[in-house]
Amino acid sequence: MGHHIAVEAEQYVFKPETKRKLFILIGVGLVLFVLGLIMAMNSGHAGHSEGHASSEISTSLVASAEASAEPAAGEEHHGSPTWLKRLYTSLWMNNIYFVGLGIIGLFFVCIQYAAQAGWSSGMQRVAMAMGRWIPIAGILTLVLWFLVKGDLFHWTHHDVYEGETADKILTNKAPYFFWPLHAGSFPLFYVIRMVLFFGMWYMFFLAIKKRMVAEDLDSNTQHWYKSRSISAWFLVFFAVSSSVAAWDWVMSIDAHWFSTMFGWYVFASWWVTGLAFLAFAVASLKNAGYLKVVNANHLHDLGKFCFAFSIFWTYIWFSQFMLIYYANIPEETVYFIERMRTSPYSWIFYTNLLLNFVLPFLLLMTRDAKRQISMLRVVTPIIMIGHWFDFYNMITPGVMKYEGAIGFLEIGLFMVFLGAFLLVVLNGLTKLPLIGKNHPMLQESLHHHI
Amino acid sequence: MDANKNFVVGIFDNEDVLLEGVEKVRGNGVKIHEVYSPFPVHGLDEALGYKRSRLPMAAFLFGMTGTGLALTMQIWMLGYDWPMIIGGKNFASLPPFIPVTFELTVLLAALGMVATFMVVSDMKPYKWPRQFDLRSTDDKHVMAIDLALNAGKSIDDIKRILKEAGASEANDKNFE
Repeated sequence: MGHHIAVEAEQYVFKPETKRKLFILIGVGLVLFVLGLIMAMNSGHAGHSEGHASSEISTSLVASAEASAEPAAGEEHHGSPTWLKRLYTSLWMNNIYFVGLGIIGLFFVCIQYAAQAGWSSGMQRVAMAMGRWIPIAGILTLVLWFLVKGDLFHWTHHDVYEGETADKILTNKAPYFFWPLHAGSFPLFYVIRMVLFFGMWYMFFLAIKKRMVAEDLDSNTQHWYKSRSISAWFLVFFAVSSSVAAWDWVMSIDAHWFSTMFGWYVFASWWVTGLAFLAFAVASLKNAGYLKVVNANHLHDLGKFCFAFSIFWTYIWFSQFMLIYYANIPEETVYFIERMRTSPYSWIFYTNLLLNFVLPFLLLMTRDAKRQISMLRVVTPIIMIGHWFDFYNMITPGVMKYEGAIGFLEIGLFMVFLGAFLLVVLNGLTKLPLIGKNHPMLQESLHHHI
Repeated sequence: MDANKNFVVGIFDNEDVLLEGVEKVRGNGVKIHEVYSPFPVHGLDEALGYKRSRLPMAAFLFGMTGTGLALTMQIWMLGYDWPMIIGGKNFASLPPFIPVTFELTVLLAALGMVATFMVVSDMKPYKWPRQFDLRSTDDKHVMAIDLALNAGKSIDDIKRILKEAGASEANDKNFE
């Protein structure tokens, strides 16, 4: 259709009220966090024995599985007190969760360029703003890793590679962490990967952003072609790096265990969380009077994305679960026994499926649900909270064993991270015009109709 | 006059004219039987005042039938009729049933949707579709108006309204 629709320039204004609300969120989060930390420090070992009592069956099952898989398993690695381990675990899981939100912002933009998609060009800048978390996430991950490695990643301890009781499985896996140095020294390969991934992700982010700025100044379509080629290279790099990152940062906590689905599993979780956040952000901006170029058709597409990738996540979840369930090999099933039969992971394990599959599946099934701002603003937080639980259950049981808990500490820390993430994203939104007025597919987006 | 026998057929050359034409024709109180076009025209359903299809509802019901059928079948077969020990699992354990349940859900939803669509759109195997104008499969949009449903208007009136609405031709078409 021939007619051209004029687009108003839009600029997001980060109002002081919004900023104040975010600082209140961070403040309340900090208070809860400190409260939870003090409670955790004082409760000491009371929770420990209680946890044991409630999970006698799994204790014996886990013990028998670990006895065969982990000949050198000794309690000497678990040096820090329970509250400190709990703090480290919570820091790491919240960080990994928000790493995902940041990188998925860039991933979304690149997918749209590579697919030559027109419908999303009006909301591209919102996804791009999510990517502003990448450099912060990179620094946090690197710093936190050195802080938490002793308690979270027991393969970092040199004694598991030494002497008569050396751990065979970990010794075999050692080059993956320590190459070119010898096992038990500094994990050079691992740290290089971490730096490389964040460095490359940030570089791709800057490259795409540079093109966006240039496109706003002159209406040369060359910028779009260049962005498409940058995106294609990013997607190739991300395909590999997201999987390896999942093994490195999440799966290596349970270093004796492995799953070939794990890279996809973490990616699926990140991706659907990022889509849910994007849908929530777009719906909220629309509610606040921004993004006039976005209408029910675009929301419908975002809703379909959330719906479809909730199912995709479940598909990956089930593929991983069923193979392990059916094969029934102790060193594999131990992962699920820890999570299904142990308090408090058991209720999270099932809640995870309810929040991330059953609710999005039923609530977003109809066309009307996907097109309404109000419905999207209900379902997308459910998905985001659901995947927070998902990451909790990926990371915590491997570290905390029977002492895991969800309390003020975890919730408070999540609020602090969320507040900081939102500050960065909303501040990022003010840096560029909200609509790329020279995007060659903006007109296509305005005529989008489904 | 019998319904579905005598028609006036308006030919439109492009979809922008067609969309405006549909609104003008309906605005003049003429009831449109159907519009045929060589490719999907966005906004045509709304312009024609069609209600949303209830096909998704049919798909959901057929899908649920598939889910129920698959679960009943497997639980009955492996739990009661011929219990077998497989990998030390319970006779009727849910996880191994899920792939089959998923497949049957999709299969029944898909086949049920196709069947429903065929029945609702009157596309039975023995029924040959009517061609109002063969050019609707090439480069023209074809608007069919049933004279029996527009008894208050003469053929000339309808043709005039069609021309005013932007049709390049307005022809008679009779199925006897």
